[in-house]
Amino acid sequence: MSDGRSPLLSIADLRVAFRMGTDEGVVRRIEAVRGVSFDVPENTTVALVGESGSGKSVTAMAIVNLLPDNAERSGRIVFQGRDMLAASRADLQSLRGREIACIFQDPMSSLNPVFTVGQQIREPLVKHLGLGRRAAAARAEALLAEVGMPEPKRRLEAYPHQLSGGQQQRVMIAMALACEPRLLIADEPTTALDVTIQRQILELLAGLKDRHRMSMLFISHDLGVVGEIADHVVVMRQGTVRERGPVAQIFARPKDAYTRALLACRPSLAERPTRLRVLDDHLADRPTPMATRIATPFATPALRRAGPDGRVVVEATDVRKSFWIRRGVFGREEFRAVKGATFTLRAGRTLGIVGESGSGKTTLGLTLLRLHEAGSGPVGGRVIFDGQDLLALPRAALLPIRKRIQVVFQNPYASLNPRFTVSQTLVEPMTIHGIGASASERQERARALLARVGLEADAMHRYPHEFSGGQRQRVAIARCLALDPEVLVLDEAVSALDVSVQAQVLNLLKDLQDELGLAYIFISHDLAVVRFMADEVIVMKDGDVVEQADVEQILQQPRQAYTRRLLEAVPRGHRAGDAP
Amino acid sequence: MSEPATSAVLPPMTGAAREARSEGVWLAAWRRLRRDRVGMVSLAIVLLFVLLIGLAATGLVARDWQTEVAVPSAPPTLLGPAPAVVRAEIAAPAGPPVDISAVDPLAPYYKQWAERAAQYKTVAVQRAETLTFGADRLGRDVLAKALKGTQTSVFVGLLAALVATVIGTLLGALGGFFGGKVGDFLEWLYSVFTSIPDILLILSFAVIFGRGIGSVAIILALVGWTGIYRQVRAEFIKHSTRDYVRAAEAIGASTTSRMFRHILPNVSHVILVRTSLLVVGFIKFEVILSYLGLGVGVDDVSWGTMLAEAQSELILGYWWQLAAATLFMAVFVTAFSLMTDALRDALDPKLRGLE
Repeated sequence: MSDGRSPLLSIADLRVAFRMGTDEGVVRRIEAVRGVSFDVPENTTVALVGESGSGKSVTAMAIVNLLPDNAERSGRIVFQGRDMLAASRADLQSLRGREIACIFQDPMSSLNPVFTVGQQIREPLVKHLGLGRRAAAARAEALLAEVGMPEPKRRLEAYPHQLSGGQQQRVMIAMALACEPRLLIADEPTTALDVTIQRQILELLAGLKDRHRMSMLFISHDLGVVGEIADHVVVMRQGTVRERGPVAQIFARPKDAYTRALLACRPSLAERPTRLRVLDDHLADRPTPMATRIATPFATPALRRAGPDGRVVVEATDVRKSFWIRRGVFGREEFRAVKGATFTLRAGRTLGIVGESGSGKTTLGLTLLRLHEAGSGPVGGRVIFDGQDLLALPRAALLPIRKRIQVVFQNPYASLNPRFTVSQTLVEPMTIHGIGASASERQERARALLARVGLEADAMHRYPHEFSGGQRQRVAIARCLALDPEVLVLDEAVSALDVSVQAQVLNLLKDLQDELGLAYIFISHDLAVVRFMADEVIVMKDGDVVEQADVEQILQQPRQAYTRRLLEAVPRGHRAGDAP
Repeated sequence: MSEPATSAVLPPMTGAAREARSEGVWLAAWRRLRRDRVGMVSLAIVLLFVLLIGLAATGLVARDWQTEVAVPSAPPTLLGPAPAVVRAEIAAPAGPPVDISAVDPLAPYYKQWAERAAQYKTVAVQRAETLTFGADRLGRDVLAKALKGTQTSVFVGLLAALVATVIGTLLGALGGFFGGKVGDFLEWLYSVFTSIPDILLILSFAVIFGRGIGSVAIILALVGWTGIYRQVRAEFIKHSTRDYVRAAEAIGASTTSRMFRHILPNVSHVILVRTSLLVVGFIKFEVILSYLGLGVGVDDVSWGTMLAEAQSELILGYWWQLAAATLFMAVFVTAFSLMTDALRDALDPKLRGLE
């Protein structure tokens, strides 16, 4: 930026608004980006960081005009001296893919499922570079080899569904590199991937950037990832730039309160605070609040973390779960999703279950809850809860157990019935289990629950779509609390939430545990979050329990190579000493 | 556990809007529908028809559709009366009549009969020469017939669609939610029904059930449930693995509650649209059945029977019955179809990318 040369891409006072239909003759507009300015110099990685709704993706897509038809852009976008806002459709088309390439978050939906990988990589080669068939095929193979795809020649003939998520993203990157672009726009390229795969893709991108001397505009919500890959960071919030600067400065001496908050509200692997600072504390410059408790209906005598010798709530021995997979017309095959998990859960304690996708961690949680369909496959082992074996109980006898073991799912957008108001959602479990004598009493209790999870009473008669992700997850937690459960299974309960909201919900969960003595089974792929929440951790891989120990021990001295690999793959943000 | 909470550890989150109650999905759909001009006009037309049907059913209009109010095949008023048919006079025999009273055994009674006949009075009914929409070959008012026919046809269409929806939704819900053996059996049933051509199936059911408004509705419903079954089944398969249904199971909601309290309202817009499409289809099928003589009974009139009659009239140049039935049917079916389209857009705004 200061080297005197003009930057590769320069954005000045960019504004993007979306027309949202007319309201009594007046066109309604929603401004997604309100005056954003930054430069992308040659051979540099600039990261756009922000939470959902910050306008970071819209900004990036405005550069190549991949926005929906109802978007209106104004301001200045200059790429290599050309004004991108004034560029014709044909000009843009020749730029896209050739000078500016894009990769997106979800590789599965970005690749066309009916064409082979080879056909899709060859397309830009033939179209933009005018290569012949044989030359294009050779180049495609070389590209796949460059992005680290094993057996590139054979993979050219593969269809996207035959590749894993990481391999699909490699194919996307190969396609993006096909024409040697000057600028690569990477929109959350690793968000859908497992942490070890994310590590590989990040290293690949960094290496490619250096080798091809291109610039990269890297969009992410994750400061940890950004700190590792970016040279410059632009922090966005609600369509405006809050702070921008070199990565070291942003991480070491953030000036803006919002940047500071983002950096602090993410739980880290290095330390374990009792509470996370939430966004509002930072913006208001308050110290981390301690759990201040005023009389609540859930008062328990002790407000402290339960020790390791509390009452045993759940005792699981060698829990196994398989699924039937159809093979041929009548045949079926057993797929063993969980191959034997043994653990003890005590009141007021948290058991973390960690693993990558496909490791069987969610299956284990659903098996404990008996939430699998009856004919889906055999279940083995024993889960003793209050003297009864949960896995052997007939379905009819499950109702009283359901009251005592509850679950919060990952996606707050899917786990609430969209046609139920919050009040209906909260009252239903009480009606089923006969809690509360009358309808008005249940309503009153629902109101108290809402207040408990930090929602206002006017939320009662609203529908889920009117709430943000964090608010919905609070409603889902309130629904569980309606039954006074003893055990709460939290299946990736905060994974879909923004970092700042995640911190609030994690704090809430901790407070509830301390007050109500709940036992948590905390399922997550995120080691940092597990470290914040859990007392004991199970590490799973391909259905096996790889390692099982106290949380500090797992993090400080992991015994298994797999656990070490997982820990090393976690992005740690920018550390002093890293070459930017 | 009973006193109300006054505080939370966290500062309460404030929502965007501070209204006591939010509009549900139906209210929002109505708001969107109101902005659709074509949809509102067609809705008004459909409501007008519903009103007409109500009037016809209560006998306020078209009660005497069976009475002979005009000359046979009286033309519409617009055309004026049909030209009088000139009959050739039979020539009267010349000469005085032959007196045969001497040999006529009935001669003494003639006077008596003439006296008795004088006591009767014949009133010549004044039958109209023309009617607004003309008359059929029995002199019945075509307009009244068309109104009564609307009642029959639309009633059959609605009833059949309703029954088909109930069958299709119930089976689809069972098949989609449970899968396994239940699902396999229902799929088999579905395959059997769809493998036979609709018209063949309708005709064979018609032979078994006989004629009548009720049986036509049952026949059409028994044939037409498959489409709704397929769609509802697919929706139930999709929804039954959704987290909100899992969450309902986790709080102990029964199977019936999950199927009909949780999932059904979430797929109801699909069912509603499908039902309205069925109504249109069934009205057309009723017309075909009646045209073939397998539809409503001889004492009833429907658009189908009117069309069947029109066939023979058309040769003689009496086109008005055909025109009336076609006009009513075309207006109603078109309005209903447009209303269905508008309804689908209003209930599923994603389809048109409105929101």
